[in-house]
Amino acid sequence: MPREKIPRQQMPEQEADVRRHNFKEVPFGFTPELAQREASRCLFCKKPKCVAGCPVNIDIPAFIRLIKEGDFDGAAKKLKEENALPAICGRVCPQEEQCEIVCVTGIKDEPVAIGRLERFAADYERDNNLVTIPKKAPATGKKAAIVGCGPAGLTVAGELAKLGHDVTIYEALHQPGGVLMYGIPEFRLPKAIVNAEVDYVKKLGVEIIYNAVIGRYLTVDELQGQYDSIFLGTGAGLPYFMNIPGENLNGVYSANEYLTRSNLMRAYLFPEYDTPVVQSKKVAVLGGGNVAMDSARTALRLGAEEVNIIYRRSRKEMPARIEEVHHAEEEGVVMQLLTNPTELLGDEEGWVKGMRCIRMELGEPDASGRRRPVPIEGSEFEIEVDTVVVSIGNGANPLIPQTTEGLDTNKWGNIIADDQTCVTSKPGVYAGGDIVIGAATVILAMGAGKQASQAMHRYMMGIPEPEPEPKDDKKDDKK
Amino acid sequence: MNKIVMKKVLSEGVKEFEIESPQIAKSRHAGQFVIVRANEKGERIPLTIADANVEKGTITLIFQEVGKSTMLMGSFNEGDSFLDVVGPLGKPTHTENFGTVVCMGGGIGVAPMHPIAQALKQAGNRVIAIIGARSKELLIMEDRIKAASHEMHISTDDGSFGVHGFVTDVLQSLIDKGEKVDLCVAIGPVPMMNASCKLTKQYDIPTVVSLNPIMVDGTGMCGACRVTVGGKTRFVCVDGPEFNGHEVDFVELVKRQRAYLPQEREAREQYQHECGHHNHH
Ligand SMILES: Cc1cc2nc3c(=O)[nH]c(=O)nc-3n(C[C@H](O)[C@H](O)[C@H](O)COP(=O)(O)OP(=O)(O)OC[C@H]3O[C@@H](n4cnc5c(N)ncnc54)[C@H](O)[C@@H]3O)c2cc1C
Ligand code: SF4
Ligand code: FES
Repeated sequence: MPREKIPRQQMPEQEADVRRHNFKEVPFGFTPELAQREASRCLFCKKPKCVAGCPVNIDIPAFIRLIKEGDFDGAAKKLKEENALPAICGRVCPQEEQCEIVCVTGIKDEPVAIGRLERFAADYERDNNLVTIPKKAPATGKKAAIVGCGPAGLTVAGELAKLGHDVTIYEALHQPGGVLMYGIPEFRLPKAIVNAEVDYVKKLGVEIIYNAVIGRYLTVDELQGQYDSIFLGTGAGLPYFMNIPGENLNGVYSANEYLTRSNLMRAYLFPEYDTPVVQSKKVAVLGGGNVAMDSARTALRLGAEEVNIIYRRSRKEMPARIEEVHHAEEEGVVMQLLTNPTELLGDEEGWVKGMRCIRMELGEPDASGRRRPVPIEGSEFEIEVDTVVVSIGNGANPLIPQTTEGLDTNKWGNIIADDQTCVTSKPGVYAGGDIVIGAATVILAMGAGKQASQAMHRYMMGIPEPEPEPKDDKKDDKK
Repeated sequence: MNKIVMKKVLSEGVKEFEIESPQIAKSRHAGQFVIVRANEKGERIPLTIADANVEKGTITLIFQEVGKSTMLMGSFNEGDSFLDVVGPLGKPTHTENFGTVVCMGGGIGVAPMHPIAQALKQAGNRVIAIIGARSKELLIMEDRIKAASHEMHISTDDGSFGVHGFVTDVLQSLIDKGEKVDLCVAIGPVPMMNASCKLTKQYDIPTVVSLNPIMVDGTGMCGACRVTVGGKTRFVCVDGPEFNGHEVDFVELVKRQRAYLPQEREAREQYQHECGHHNHH
């Protein structure tokens, strides 16, 4: 029997030519009516494919059913059973390649907008002051130290606190959230939301010590003397550069610096806030990921007249979320695809003024399975720029491995940790998130945090490790 | 946390603060620095740790008021607190017994030179200190450098105190007198470090400089602090701040330090206009 076909509901959002001049969030979110209409598109599958696609196994049909029935608060609570940060994940998770890509509705029609519904429920709970603190287990008397206050560290902290442990987070910066705070811009993830989620973790009794660079302020070995177990969630915070001539000219930034100045230090409010950022007219952003999109869209909002994204492969290979590419283009960002910079050109005072590029074409697939871009001889050309943001990826910061006895890393400098328990080569020390798997996603960092918290709990309480689970498809997906 | 227990004016626009920071006092080594943020809207300002007192749990910071942020910090008084103090950052000075070491400090660079001289003295070196300033009133830490060295020379650009000339002139005369120098440490304004390195290069004296580029996080996360050393890009906050002076691209460093001059001027003028001297709360 054919059901009445309801199309996938769109979120209302700020018009492109308005929002490119402000830092306010782009989509406004679903209204209750839109959310219920979207929820009614779900088939509530007996064997839901979407749940298998979710890295933290949210009971997706259950929370969607609650929305459909109008119990929005209940939907939020259902989400929080598996995901402590749904307002964040609803905004930044790549649902189109996780839960939504496998949703059965998507076979003949568009998939259910799971991410938008997640966001709606979490926002509803927060905006209506319905957030409650779950009951904690009785105090165990055990102490855990978490290094890094990003999504991985926050997840471990929340889980361990609920289990009754005494938890302290050591964070290098002066604010919590990791990339959520310093990297992802306000217009995509409002900082008030990050703060609300961090408050939730603090209300569970977690203490956060800021300005504590572990490896310098205290070493991991010193922490081991004071705590029963340790989690390292220090992220992938080391920016890569292209290693082309001219990269140290003024006006050339890593995406980390550009975004940190704007987000964490509020340079967009200079001189009310003291940290400046360059005033640009023509900006080139190098790279094709989410970070590049965030940088390009930040550049527009900082007043740039022209923003080009320079990416060496084609649109199909761009790692950025489709939605973000789409948003960027709507706002006026120009994609220069199959283009690679070869040199940055400077003026007398050491400021970048131009960039030499070469056109590329796609050759044979490389190790990543994507077709390798190869330069087209004789196709060099120059463009005028006054700001370049290098956004070609991040690696692992070596500070902790360098200052910790017996902590093994792989050849890229990532900490080696067990993929089930997250334990490192150092007993009692666990690691997860970007520091282990390289720059990835918020949800994978949280997934690792959950696994680590369970293993840390067993370790601290002297509970033996269960037999390792047989590998299923799901686990392999996570790699 | 971060309470100011002592404030002193060392010379025109140069202030010394002793700040409560027990853990940093304990874990810091010579050559390391902290990043300070005065208040909620403040910039992150890197400052070398000029001294520390483990028993009192304090560190000493000395800085010159050059822009809005340092002027604002300079307006703080005993009993006030800086919002954030992060550290110790950077690699400690490599200390061993080299033999005879000349420690040169120019202007405000005398402050970061102080703990290095202390550490090198303690490691058994014969430490010859050469400190200089534009004029007598601008010379700082004379007594403390004297205590941290075996022999101290002073120079002023205008001849108002000590040798009339630059610290490099003093070094030149020491070399001319036949002093065998095994290592030189030069810290100060870039032109001073550059001139020192040119001189020591002629005599093949290994020379360490401590660099002060613009920084943001100070943990290797942003790359704002990058410099070219020996043809390679290095991050001063994690790979430094000390480098082989003979390999540093000082020309690039100066240009990078000037990246925000217009904004710095704007902020300073607005600050001076708005609040005159105090009122940082
Ligand atoms: C601009 C940008 C946009 C992104 N967009 C998305 C997106 O849309 N969706 C998505 O899923 N993912 C996105 N990501 C990736 C995602 O943010 C990361 O995968 C995730 O934050 C990793 O979490 P983490 O906890 O491992 O590390 P981080 O978030 O990096 O947190 C690590 C924390 O540890 C601290 N730290 C580091 N070293 C030390 C030390 N020695 N001592 C104490 N503290 C230390 C850091 O200051 C930081 O706060 C984006 C990343 C960036 C940079
Ligand atoms: S797969 Fe799609 S239709 Fe089925 S339960 Fe999940 S969201 Fe609903
Ligand atoms: S100050 Fe950011 S990497 Fe050095």
